[in-house]
Amino acid sequence: MEAGNIVSIRQLCKSYHRGDQVIPVLSDISFDIAEGEFLALMGPSGSGKSTLLNLIAGIDQPDSGSIVIGGVDVTTLTETELAKWRALNVGFIFQFYNLIPVLTAFENVELPLLLTPLSRSERKAHVEMALRVVGLADRMDHYPSQLSGGQEQRVAIARAIVTDPTILVADEPTGDLDRKSAEEIMDLMDRLNGESKKTIIMVTHDPRAAKKAHVIRHLDKGILTNADHQDTL
Amino acid sequence: MQIIKILFKNAFRHKLRTGLTILSITIALLAFGLLRTVVNAWYSGVEASSAYRLVTRNAISIIFPLPLSYKDRIRQVDGVSEVSWGNWFGGVYFDEKNFFANFAVDAKSYFDLYREYAIPDDQKTAFLRDRKGFVAGKKLAERFGWKIGDTIVLKGTIFPGNWEFVMRAIYRGREANADETVFMFHWDYLNESLKKTAPARADQVGFYMIGVEDPGLAVSTAGSIDALFKNSFAETITETEKAFTLGFVAMSDTIITAIQLVSFVVIIIILAVVANTVAMSVRERTNEYAVFKTLGFGGWRIVGLILGESVVITMMGCAAGIAATYPASAAFGKAMGAYFPVFNVEPGTIVLDVVFSLAVGVLAAVIPVYRTLKMKIADGLRMIE
Repeated sequence: MEAGNIVSIRQLCKSYHRGDQVIPVLSDISFDIAEGEFLALMGPSGSGKSTLLNLIAGIDQPDSGSIVIGGVDVTTLTETELAKWRALNVGFIFQFYNLIPVLTAFENVELPLLLTPLSRSERKAHVEMALRVVGLADRMDHYPSQLSGGQEQRVAIARAIVTDPTILVADEPTGDLDRKSAEEIMDLMDRLNGESKKTIIMVTHDPRAAKKAHVIRHLDKGILTNADHQDTL
Repeated sequence: MQIIKILFKNAFRHKLRTGLTILSITIALLAFGLLRTVVNAWYSGVEASSAYRLVTRNAISIIFPLPLSYKDRIRQVDGVSEVSWGNWFGGVYFDEKNFFANFAVDAKSYFDLYREYAIPDDQKTAFLRDRKGFVAGKKLAERFGWKIGDTIVLKGTIFPGNWEFVMRAIYRGREANADETVFMFHWDYLNESLKKTAPARADQVGFYMIGVEDPGLAVSTAGSIDALFKNSFAETITETEKAFTLGFVAMSDTIITAIQLVSFVVIIIILAVVANTVAMSVRERTNEYAVFKTLGFGGWRIVGLILGESVVITMMGCAAGIAATYPASAAFGKAMGAYFPVFNVEPGTIVLDVVFSLAVGVLAAVIPVYRTLKMKIADGLRMIE
């Protein structure tokens, strides 16, 4: 891995099996992501972008190739090791927020911290800080059903950043939001990238969301195109 | 939190479904507890029997009598400390539905042998002095509202006629498993009446109760007693009181086995109910477990979440079932007091309730846990998209 790169992917291949049929999804993908980079992965449905994101986040395993993140080849880790690694290194933002409906905003954000040795008061401080960052300090006792879609996604972002992970991965983070809320979320992610230097890898269909990224990569039928840097758009 | 809090919140996410499941467990454990208590009640006489007592009866059948004269020969057997005797009287109080056990016993020796029956000294003296006196257990006296000094009449079935008795004493059991529903009167009263009305039946007893000095020698003492009357016109069978009582219980062996089977079937049914509830809940929340896994929750934590929820539901049902078992047993025991003199919920039943509930909670979660652990996170997350 070159100096300054947080993610290094080499010759990554992934296919799915449907009965006897093998469906290739990603073919010989190699690229790097620099520390602090904001990368957008774009492409048509079925192009393999979510699969690539899942592989980077360590929630799926490739057929071959390597994914080195922060010096660790995640393709060599066992399920248990991967779970621990994800808890420490990955913050995941989902399209549909995926908050636990019976837990308050505070409790949802606290979830990843339950896997750490932090004390209750330390967890509380971290959660309040994360909710302040996303502008929801006054909504911490609200349940997801009492929040708007944009607010729910901000809680999800707070949950993703509360452990201060190495990378943030976002799968269509604005896909379920109205335009105004989507802009607010993208502004928040832009701020996290700019101020906190968080490395963000985002899958999106939305060109407006992609404009916030430094680098845009396109996937088409499992093949990655060259990077488009924001200043080249 | 917080994991415990999540377990409870998850368990009550569908309040109606969880409530009905808990109600099912409650009813099932109540049924289980009652059935076990019925079985235990059947064996209560066995439990209450003493290792220091032997019972001698006619070798042909309990319905055939033994001569009163045997008492002196039995008394001379090595290891015998006391000898008492009696007859099953089989009297009816107004109506057969008022059934209770009633015996004619040799009063003094009988209560010397049955020290677990506590009788106030003044009442005991009054009973021993009155040939027509009787002693009743506390529960029996309460059942019919008898008081000391009351005169009651039993209609004889084995010994025809109307037999008049005066209540002189009430006994209480020193132990919880003592039968407090027995009616006992003087054997002499029976025998003297028989001498007048049916002399051929006089001086004969239904059974001998024998006290032994050493329970370890009970079997050999019993052998010595039976050897005494070998080849006589009335041979005997002597056995420990426990074996004698078990012999009566064995007559109902099939019914007891059926009750025991039903009690376990109840547990299997409730396992299916809880397994269905847990499976539905977990299936509905597949994506949430995928989220937990994405956040880094490892296998054991996922197991804990599902298993914990299942156990929370079953143990709440268990607690409610146990709480309901006591008043239900008290009511059942009161209603069926004539047939089950001792109807107490035993600690062993509660232990079984808890053990089976835990087992149901764990077993019900096995398949959902297996499926969730096997689920690929990406597949689980896709279920909402």
